[in-house]
Amino acid sequence: MTSTAYPAQPPNAVPLGRRLKRWFLARPGVARLGVIVLLFIAWEIAARFFVDKIFLSPPSIVFTSLHTVFETNGVPNALRISASEIVAAFAMSVVIGLVVGLAVGLHRFTHKSFMPIILLLYGTPQITILPLFILYFGIGPASKIAFGVSHGIFPIIVTVVAGVQNIKPILLTSAKSMGASRWHIFRWVIFPHMIPSFFAGMRLGMTGVLLGVLLAELYVSTAGIGYFTTLFTQSFNPTKLLGLISVLAAMAILLNEIVRRAEIHYSRWRSD
Amino acid sequence: MSAEPESAVSKSAALKSATPKRDRSALGSRAVQVAFVIALVGLWYVGTTYGQISPILLPNPLRVFDELVDVLATLEFVTDLRITLTELAIAFSISAASGITLGYLISRSQYSIRVFEPLLAGIYSVPIILFLPLYILFFGLGPASKIALGVTTSFFPIILNTIAGFGYVDRIFVLSARSMGASDYQLFRWVLLPAAFPIILTGLRIGFTVALLSILGSETIASLAGLGHRIVHLAEGMDTARMFAYIAFAVAIALTLNTVTSSLEARARRR
Repeated sequence: MTSTAYPAQPPNAVPLGRRLKRWFLARPGVARLGVIVLLFIAWEIAARFFVDKIFLSPPSIVFTSLHTVFETNGVPNALRISASEIVAAFAMSVVIGLVVGLAVGLHRFTHKSFMPIILLLYGTPQITILPLFILYFGIGPASKIAFGVSHGIFPIIVTVVAGVQNIKPILLTSAKSMGASRWHIFRWVIFPHMIPSFFAGMRLGMTGVLLGVLLAELYVSTAGIGYFTTLFTQSFNPTKLLGLISVLAAMAILLNEIVRRAEIHYSRWRSD
Repeated sequence: MSAEPESAVSKSAALKSATPKRDRSALGSRAVQVAFVIALVGLWYVGTTYGQISPILLPNPLRVFDELVDVLATLEFVTDLRITLTELAIAFSISAASGITLGYLISRSQYSIRVFEPLLAGIYSVPIILFLPLYILFFGLGPASKIALGVTTSFFPIILNTIAGFGYVDRIFVLSARSMGASDYQLFRWVLLPAAFPIILTGLRIGFTVALLSILGSETIASLAGLGHRIVHLAEGMDTARMFAYIAFAVAIALTLNTVTSSLEARARRR
């Protein structure tokens, strides 16, 4: 960060100030790191001197006592439950979304009939029916998975339909004129063409699944992370609360990043 | 949501090229939609009237309708709706004002765009709902924690779109305006703003939608009043018919607000 990180400058005519400026301008990542460090310092100062201890802990204490979060009875299990809920909901969203998306997208008639209904459902705020999910699926993991699916499935359907629909007609015509069967056209023209938008849909679906599962967890939970966030909030334990939130945020970033990498990987062929 | 204008476009295009065959298929798909809704409601009615479904799990549609009429006629919804909409208005004004201002300031130099944009996009990829327990700890169960969550969720799409709008104006336009002697103000008013405006509008629309969702969500999870709170309150009282009525009401409000913002965006964009 400071100039000590800067290697010994060769005896050039260019003054040090300008060279330093140029060095920083070429590396915006350094300044970005600086901003992050400043934010953490501000948080540290605010928590140590200005805010009551029962509301906010300084980041140094939060991160050094991260292990106490894991040592809390039941937290590792809760994280495992939540992670498996997310994975199950994501897998179900992908499978159902792909099947429904293909069924709706492959025919003009079904597309025109059912797409408006799907878009209407996609635009509906599902959060209002969260109590219904609890009523039907109980307060266990089933309701979290179902609610995660209800959030993750629509972006996948919509992008699969878009991927199937946006094929250039000339590709279909040429495949047909070369004697491809319906299955061949699907396997070798539609399917590869659909892959990039399918992965884009999976990324959006993952965002939705995370939102849905976390919403349902926070709403009611007996053993998942929602139980512990409520517990730490009500016992005014910001150290553990912030630690748990950081762990969950890291988990969310990791899952998002996996899907994003997959998307980049599988849509490479399109760029050239 | 994003495909909505697209479908509107294709609909008008279909209307213009009204060949008889296409007309019939449009009519057919409309019939399928109507049949789908009727079948769903019919199944619901028959199942709850003649089947063995508990009215706590799924109330009769006629009862739900009666309750909805009652809710609307007695104006019982006004208090909750006013609280939710007030929270939404405050949250959206804060995030719109701060997001556009900060976004404009960041977009002033390519360097600060490269410093801040990945940072903001990175924070945006964290599910913001995770902050809710923290906000409840800070601000309590009242409207303040809902407003804080609404501001946090809608701030990021607004600032990111503002940066994208102002920051990636084609350099040719800026250069030619400058070489024709445009002042800073003229450059902003006649080049940067018109170029950025549609993208900022999109950010505002997304921000509005997610602010509404997160406010409804936080009311559902932990609150003292508001539409989301009312739904949970009825669910916990096992008053399912009235809860269905409130759900229908809340969904109608949300869809109306989203339609209004989308059409406002489309209208402002056309100018």
